[in-house]
Amino acid sequence: MKTRIFYLLFIILTASILFGFYLGDNDKNKTDQKVDNCIKCHKEIEAMPAGFSENDVHIKAYGSCAACHGGDPGTDDQEKSMSRSKGFIGVPKKNEIPKFCGKCHSNINIMRVFQPRIATDQVEQYYTSIHGKKLLAGDQNVADCASCHTAHSIMPVKDPRATVYKTQIPNTCNKCHGNSELMKKYNLQTNQLAEYSKSVHGVALLKNKDLGAPACNDCHGNHGAMPPGITSISHVCGICHTSNMEYFNSSKMAKVFQEMDYHACEQCHGNHNIEKPNDEMVGVGKESKCVDCHPEGDDGYKVSKNIYSSIISLKNNYDAANAKYLEVKQKGMNDIEIGFQLKDAKQALIQSRTLIHTFDTAQVGTKTKEGLEISNKAASLAQKEIDEYYTRRNGFAIATLAFLVFVVALYFKIKEKEKKK
Amino acid sequence: MKKNYGSKLVTWIDDRFDLTPVRNLLLHKKVPEHRHSVWYYMGGVTLFLFMVQLLTGILLLLYYRPGEDSAYESVRFIVTEVKFGWLIRNVHSWSANLLVLFAFIHMFSVFFSKAYEKPRELTWVTGFITLVFTLAFGFSGYLLPWNELAFFATKVGTDIVGVLPVIGEPLRTFLRGGEDVTGATLSRFFGIHVAILPAIFTVFLGLHLLFIQRQGMHEPESFKKLPEEKKKYIPFFPDFALKDLMLWVIVFNILIFLSLYFPWELGNKADALASAPQGIKPEWYFMFMFQTLKLLPAHVIFIEGELLGVLFFGAAGLIWMLVPFIKVKHKPNWKVQPLVLIGILAVAFIVILTILGYIL
Repeated sequence: MKTRIFYLLFIILTASILFGFYLGDNDKNKTDQKVDNCIKCHKEIEAMPAGFSENDVHIKAYGSCAACHGGDPGTDDQEKSMSRSKGFIGVPKKNEIPKFCGKCHSNINIMRVFQPRIATDQVEQYYTSIHGKKLLAGDQNVADCASCHTAHSIMPVKDPRATVYKTQIPNTCNKCHGNSELMKKYNLQTNQLAEYSKSVHGVALLKNKDLGAPACNDCHGNHGAMPPGITSISHVCGICHTSNMEYFNSSKMAKVFQEMDYHACEQCHGNHNIEKPNDEMVGVGKESKCVDCHPEGDDGYKVSKNIYSSIISLKNNYDAANAKYLEVKQKGMNDIEIGFQLKDAKQALIQSRTLIHTFDTAQVGTKTKEGLEISNKAASLAQKEIDEYYTRRNGFAIATLAFLVFVVALYFKIKEKEKKK
Repeated sequence: MKKNYGSKLVTWIDDRFDLTPVRNLLLHKKVPEHRHSVWYYMGGVTLFLFMVQLLTGILLLLYYRPGEDSAYESVRFIVTEVKFGWLIRNVHSWSANLLVLFAFIHMFSVFFSKAYEKPRELTWVTGFITLVFTLAFGFSGYLLPWNELAFFATKVGTDIVGVLPVIGEPLRTFLRGGEDVTGATLSRFFGIHVAILPAIFTVFLGLHLLFIQRQGMHEPESFKKLPEEKKKYIPFFPDFALKDLMLWVIVFNILIFLSLYFPWELGNKADALASAPQGIKPEWYFMFMFQTLKLLPAHVIFIEGELLGVLFFGAAGLIWMLVPFIKVKHKPNWKVQPLVLIGILAVAFIVILTILGYIL
């Protein structure tokens, strides 16, 4: 009896081990399923989607088209792999795309696996945008997710190859917004990129590769893209130009601008073609923006004239001090303290220029006065060093003369001694 | 009136200390005059520059503060804020360089005039040791401003010591005060520069000068062969001393000129974490050795190239120091005698390798 039980146990144990091996093999098969038959077959029949990249972020993460398109990539039987019963979606229609992407991107439970802090409101934001609204209304020409991100070569936003990488954004938007035929339908201009490229922001981003400079989406938003409204313009610019926004919004001009439907910052600085501001934009000269609304005799005219005069006086003073500083440097004299002072003077000049947005002569005047004092101090220090430079040389000349007299005297003394012998 | 006071003072001291030896030295020491006399002044100039170093070094010590956080700042303070600090620091740096230059000139002039021969063997040996310590002064002083170039040059310099077998590693650690060049190295170099080296240097310099005073100036062969009536001498005091003084004044004026028109840059503060700046070069007087080590292949047969170089310079230095004791047969058929030829080759080697160091 005992022997039978022993045999039975032996058989069960052996069967369990073999079953275990079978399961192990089965798991291996499951891993093999990751070898994607979609790409394999589509490559064979040369029916790969246009612009497909194996570096696509989704392909790299899942290794399969099925993650988005559904179906069973484990089988090479077309009927089975692309069967609706296996969840095959196929190519989504244009109006389905936001939700198609949103399946995962709007679900934080899925997305946090990849990036715990990732936003999941893109689809929601998209439907508040002009693009999203028009798509909902049945417009088939507006941008959907794939228009900006591409469909099959999507890269993370920080990847320089991505179409939505900061330096690529202007060109990505321009694909549609530079298309005059397409834009004609919406009565939109197509010169934004050309203007932007010449602007201070465009040069910084596209030419100097300064990623801190704003691209289209920094002002217009990305998924919720909209042209900024009149009231929000100063806030949009104020994201970076904080002090300018604060000064402008708390000035009496802000209210007047609103009443007159003026476009805040844009009114003087433009929008896509914002140039590097210069001092001539204030004052009463040809390039002045102030005189556009404030003719001679107007109070604003006087304010502008006074502000300009304060700024220019500090600028000229700073330039003169800086020239002396360079001379000190060039002469190899002590320039450390002068450098520090000039940095402060420059800071005061920048702050004075920012204070222009208060449109208050007193505030600008106080700051420029402060800058003038520092600048004068720097100039006086620089002059001291330049004087010291010449004093040293004169001192050396006098010392050399004294040494020469001494050497000549010694020479004659030696000669006299030699003669005596 | 003044003279009276002066002679009274001398008499006062003479009564108490008997100044006869000093008087004898001053009045009876004579210096031969011949067409090679100019080389007699080289040692004097070197001595003068050493005195300049001593004086300016003491003045710098009043403001210099060793330490990672204070060395660079204190040197900057000296050259920017302290009255005439810029002059003192630059004179110290320039004088250090000229001191080495004149020491080399002095050494080779002694070598080529064979002044090291009997009875002046020990004068040569003490002189050579003094030169080695002068170079050590230069190496230790270079780090003290704690600027980028000095920091990395010291790193490279102390690394070279590390290639020596057995003692290399411990010696490098000893020099650096640890594994790497740090504030500990700076403190160590400061101590070496202002206390240890001056103490040892003074002993050897003192001996060197004592030997010279005891034995008088060397007379070259051509002078010795002259009949007695044709041998010209000038008294050491005041004739030779006056000429010495004249030359010292000229050298001092040149020193001030160089300090004013070619000041030594302080550069950026040393940063151990920063990458090494371009153009790290040792002081010019180490350049020929540095360049040789650079040009040597990684391995010569089975010995590491760098080690071979270090051993070569060590051996060459030792032989050079012991030159007075090496007997080389006179070759009547040779236009240039073997030792002179070695000397010429040594000078050519130093000059060419130094130039290569700056152009390669």
